[in-house]
Amino acid sequence: MDLVLLPDAATDAERAAVDGVVGTVSEPRRDLLLPAFHAVMDGVGWISRGALSYVCERLHVPPAEAYGVATFYALFSVTPRAPRVAHVCDDVGCAAFGGEDLCAAMEERLGAPGERDDVTWTRSPCLGLCERAPAVFLQRASASPPSEREGNPDATRALESSPHDDEPGGDHAQIAPATADAVVHALDGEDVPGPDPVVSTPQAGAPDLELLSRVGVVDPADLDSYRAAGGYAGLRRALAVGSARVVDEITVASLTGRGGAAFPTGTKWAAVAGSPEPEKYLVCNADESEPGTFKDRVLMEADPFALVEAMTVAGIAVGARTGYLYVRGEYPAAERAIERAVAEARRHGYLGDDVMGSGRVFDIEVRRGAGAYICGEETALMNSLEGRRGEPRAKPPFPTVAGLFGRPTVINNVETLVNVLRIVAEGGPAFASVGSGRSTGTKLFCLSGVVSRPGVYEVPMGTTLRELLELAGGVPADLRAILLGGAAGSFVTPDQLDVPLTLEGTREIGATLGSGVVLCFDSSTDFAAVLRRIAGFFRDESCGQCVPCRVGTVRQEEALARIVRGREIGGRTVELQLLRDVDRVMTDASICGLGQTAASAVRSALALGLIGEETS
Amino acid sequence: MTVVDLGTIRRLVSVTVDDVEHRVPEGATIMDVLDDAGADTPRLCQAPNLTPVNACRVCVVEVEGSRPLVPSCARRVEDGMVVRTDTERVAHSRKMVLELLASANDLSEAGDDVARWQIEYGADPERYGPPGPPAAAGERGNRHAGHHSLPDGETRATVAQPVTVDNDLYVRDYARCILCYKCVEACGTDAQNTFAIAVAGRGFDATISTEFAVPLPDSACVYCGNCIGVCPTGALKSVAEHERREAGTWDPEGETVTSTICSFCGVGCTLELHVQDNTIVNVTSPHDHSVTHGHLCIKGRFGFQHVQNR
Amino acid sequence: MFGAGGGTSAYQEVEETDLVLLWGSNARETHPIYFHHVLTGLRNGAEMYVVDPRRTSTARWAKGHLPLDVGTDIALAHGMGRAILDAGLENRAFIERATTGFDEYRRTVEQWSVERAAAVTGVDADLIRETALAFARADRAQLCWTLGITEHHNAVDNVRALINLALLTGHVGRWGSGLVPLRGQNNVQGGGDMGAIPNKLPGGYDVTDDAHRARFDAAWGSSVPPVKGLHLSQMFEAMERREIRAAYVVGENPAESEADVAHARALLSGLDHLVVQDIFRTATAELADVVLPSCADWCEYEGTVTSSERRVQRVRKALDPPGLARPDTEILCDLARRLGHDWGTPSAEQVWDELRSLSLDWHAGMSYARLEAEGGLQWPCPSLDHPGTPTMHTRLWERDPALRGAPAPFAPVEHAGPLDELSPEFPLRLTTVRRLDSYNSGVQTGGYASPLRRDEALCLDAADGLALGLHDGERVRVVSRRGAVEAPVRFDAAARPGLAFITPHFSEQVDVNLITNEAWDPQSGTSEFKATAIRIEKLSATVRVPVAGS
Repeated sequence: MDLVLLPDAATDAERAAVDGVVGTVSEPRRDLLLPAFHAVMDGVGWISRGALSYVCERLHVPPAEAYGVATFYALFSVTPRAPRVAHVCDDVGCAAFGGEDLCAAMEERLGAPGERDDVTWTRSPCLGLCERAPAVFLQRASASPPSEREGNPDATRALESSPHDDEPGGDHAQIAPATADAVVHALDGEDVPGPDPVVSTPQAGAPDLELLSRVGVVDPADLDSYRAAGGYAGLRRALAVGSARVVDEITVASLTGRGGAAFPTGTKWAAVAGSPEPEKYLVCNADESEPGTFKDRVLMEADPFALVEAMTVAGIAVGARTGYLYVRGEYPAAERAIERAVAEARRHGYLGDDVMGSGRVFDIEVRRGAGAYICGEETALMNSLEGRRGEPRAKPPFPTVAGLFGRPTVINNVETLVNVLRIVAEGGPAFASVGSGRSTGTKLFCLSGVVSRPGVYEVPMGTTLRELLELAGGVPADLRAILLGGAAGSFVTPDQLDVPLTLEGTREIGATLGSGVVLCFDSSTDFAAVLRRIAGFFRDESCGQCVPCRVGTVRQEEALARIVRGREIGGRTVELQLLRDVDRVMTDASICGLGQTAASAVRSALALGLIGEETS
Repeated sequence: MTVVDLGTIRRLVSVTVDDVEHRVPEGATIMDVLDDAGADTPRLCQAPNLTPVNACRVCVVEVEGSRPLVPSCARRVEDGMVVRTDTERVAHSRKMVLELLASANDLSEAGDDVARWQIEYGADPERYGPPGPPAAAGERGNRHAGHHSLPDGETRATVAQPVTVDNDLYVRDYARCILCYKCVEACGTDAQNTFAIAVAGRGFDATISTEFAVPLPDSACVYCGNCIGVCPTGALKSVAEHERREAGTWDPEGETVTSTICSFCGVGCTLELHVQDNTIVNVTSPHDHSVTHGHLCIKGRFGFQHVQNR
Repeated sequence: MFGAGGGTSAYQEVEETDLVLLWGSNARETHPIYFHHVLTGLRNGAEMYVVDPRRTSTARWAKGHLPLDVGTDIALAHGMGRAILDAGLENRAFIERATTGFDEYRRTVEQWSVERAAAVTGVDADLIRETALAFARADRAQLCWTLGITEHHNAVDNVRALINLALLTGHVGRWGSGLVPLRGQNNVQGGGDMGAIPNKLPGGYDVTDDAHRARFDAAWGSSVPPVKGLHLSQMFEAMERREIRAAYVVGENPAESEADVAHARALLSGLDHLVVQDIFRTATAELADVVLPSCADWCEYEGTVTSSERRVQRVRKALDPPGLARPDTEILCDLARRLGHDWGTPSAEQVWDELRSLSLDWHAGMSYARLEAEGGLQWPCPSLDHPGTPTMHTRLWERDPALRGAPAPFAPVEHAGPLDELSPEFPLRLTTVRRLDSYNSGVQTGGYASPLRRDEALCLDAADGLALGLHDGERVRVVSRRGAVEAPVRFDAAARPGLAFITPHFSEQVDVNLITNEAWDPQSGTSEFKATAIRIEKLSATVRVPVAGS
């Protein structure tokens, strides 16, 4: 095509960063756009005109479109900024639990966000480390700050001590719980210890676990350790019984998606397996971003081979030769664990042109998200994988018909996929015997907030909320409300603790399992602040494509602000009607689940009287 | 009973709209059926010569079996589909879309249809409070995704901002831009394939932008003006129209529109000359003509000045 | 083509074809809306090859770009033909059933091995072969060309060489397969169809065809000379011989657009009487004894024009013409009256209906009402109930010889390079090109403020420029065998070593036709605008500087 590029030239450092991802060929590879931008961010700390033009030239992407992509993602910057940035979570799981205090301390140490050009900090939506609040995510580019680069654009200064020598382009790290001291030291290049899965998984080592059975038991970096714990028995069996049988078992198991939408997994698999199209894809949605959710992160950090094996089973079963694993950009430890596991599996013949000697072809590409909650929506994620803005697509056509690159695609959440191993090992009926109705098997829940032992818990479907809280040290004293299912879920109150945690049970009380969030608040909670944070979250994370969500989330946040500040236009009743009107159009007419659930938590909080009087 | 003619022979399917059965060719959209039945279905981002993006959501209808409403512009009919347009839910969503847009955008040049729908559906943008101050030039394009300052709700956020005039042919008045994506599509794969503009930023802060918001003359823009041709709100318009509007001499009532053929190359594009006071003020092309599909090049759209340098 | 001077395919066919071969056409810039159809075709899965000396914006969309040396098109076409024959990919059945002259054609291309074609054209042999085989293997293919084929001294031979390729592969006369000459002007097709070419009557009838001429004679009440008239280049030669002493120039600007324009201006100035009828006070009008101001027909009067897909469409009056300007037909009828013939004051529609009454095969069915209602019609359209003809020459595929009609002839044309040959004295090839926002001599497009417009410059490959010791933007003297002009140079990636280009749009800046070659094609009368041998001289130095590669 006849690209027109800006005249700005890329620096050597920018070229090197891009070349590291793209190699030497120049071809239409829009799907490498995000990896290329990541490389530039990691190496240089921001995406300059020259860098963007160079990326466009190499990948044959029009620069306006590339710019549209770069500016869509929160982790990319198209303006110069400090090469090392601390993202401090001020979301609902952290704010009241040290997050706001940490923000204040950071401001004291480093000034306002963006003030300094060597190291700086910014507020962040939920980082998926809620069990260890307050949480911080660090972007540490290898470049020296802009002021030191003046007159010497190619100057780069390596981190004083790079914790990961395999990432010369800079690195990422998480700190949780974080202190201002620890963050500042880490920004200066100090090593940051890796995660301890056991801390996040209080049940670790307990005998009756399925999904979490290997957490804390196997060495996530060691394939032998995984195999010693029964790893790859599932794939062996899947290859032995054949794809059709595997798909049947998943269907019989009645496994439903664990990412929040709870769609029957077997239906997706059968549709793609049965498609006559020659090219198909499997995608693992590891873009876990629902505030309060961290289960997939723990699975990937602690038991990455399980996911790799499960993806292999799934990919072969549905006839895909390539699986994409889209991991949240703020999950560096999980990404590293998965990358390592994929490489190990490939080295040992568990991935590649001849999986376990079966003659079947399957391999996994790991791609990193870049700071966009919406990319957890399956079609937005596919757009992101293709190097586009993470805007959801119209459905139909559904991904099973036209998904990634327009091909039939199965997209499953991490937890969903890990369940596959058990189903393959035990058979569908055994899996279906746990739980009831559409809610079968075990389910992971993410407990945080005012609970004694926050973390990921695995319980059979049907366990009550009260029983779940008991596992985590008992029903918290002075419990006022629980955000169930995430920011897209709703609040429940202490009188609803006996709800069975099933799709059906939660629906009966007007709630949802969502992504398994159980975020507990006591009566000291400033619910006005919580609601405004949730409203602000959706306003920030709306992709902007459709009117109901793009404008509705803004109007919802403004109306809440007026209500909280006692500045209602025409009185509270009028404002509540306005909120209901906005709620309805977002719920009824938004393109995707984000808009359709953007009013859910606010609606339930208002109904329960968490701010002001009860409204229904 | 209605039959929508799509030009080629297709299997007929049965669709029920508000209790009336229609036999329509497979592949028709719900909007095709509604249009043919004479319904006044509001639309903003839909255009017959562009791929539906179904972003505005003002054309939504109820479809049995679907919890959310569905965009009639994009959804293709299926046999046995049951559609309702006459429900309170549909009316509410349409009203709210029009109201939310009017609360954030200047819709004063969005045409008579939009004005009529605003009244018909009872859109009341003023209930969101007084509009906030306009953004400084270029400020909206510099907002970082995922970050905004906490509003106090005293005023309603809008997209108001100064008009961008960076070339002699057309202006970009983004205070009117409703992000319908039409201009991006016309600049992109639906017609021109120049890709000079795209949606940048995210959410309410999303804008239509060149790379790094450079002026059009520094971008890939080839001034075909096909973006103007599809813009539904007057956010994109010719300098000629802009100047007349500014000077108060814009006279849509006195405008004549005459079809003719472009005087330049041998492709033979149909031009619609919009003439006010014996002066061509705009040039468009009919979307349903097999030669242009409504799209032109710079010469066809702007190269008429030689007949009025009198 | 094959007796009808028009493209064989409708635009829409390129959207539904499998291969697009654009030859000497920068359609992205010169036919942008046709290129929309091409792009749709590419998105639908078609592949495109582009033959062009320059790496144009069109070429940048192609799967393969064949950067041939200017004026070597026949060598390339023959090389491709030989490659197709060598691979056994010629369409035997079509050739046998629907063509004549194949054996002679085969003998002609036999001498053009791909390697020889590569040596003559400068195009990589593998690329020639790839393109040829892709063209031959495609189920459907469109072969389009523009001025890169026709602005040569052997324009008609060039076209014939391309037609040979279509006949060889059967890529003509089927939906999606055809030949598309993209016309440079909005009514160059219609003008010819109306008889404004030296050997044709309106409707495409040959002036030497007694039967048809008799109909015209009867209708017009006069006697049409049965001899082929002069084309433009011949007229200038006749002026030179002082056989033509007066000229009536309607809507043409030869004082600017002719090759070797200084010569043309001298001839026009030397006429006894020059009448110019135009909407502008053109350079030619400046030389005229009488100027008749006319309407811009496309917006100040009524009528029709005919496009590159033979679509006749209506132009209409949208503006009142300025001052004394009048429609061309009114001026002509008035003139006739002064000369003693009362043609009345026919409306545009009456003029058209007269044409329909005579152009029985092409236009008879095209009433104004139908043109209005149907968005134009494609000829042939012989009757009011005829739908028009998107694809021509489908007859060639008929099994019944009676329906098939006259076979299409192969033309054993020979390669002949540009007459203005490169030499040590004139080592650089200059070709004239057009830009998206401008049009021919610029009289129309000069009127609007295009943000794309840049000052005229001689565009050069940077390597050539540097070898000459030039810097980007430096003013130089450009010298050909006919004259010299001054121009700044611009280093442009679309050029390549040995090739320079410039536009004809801005004669007030660079009067490029002072140096182009007036040598013209004896068959079409088109001059060799595309191939001029030049050298570049630094203004600061009197010494000639060598050019890279010479």
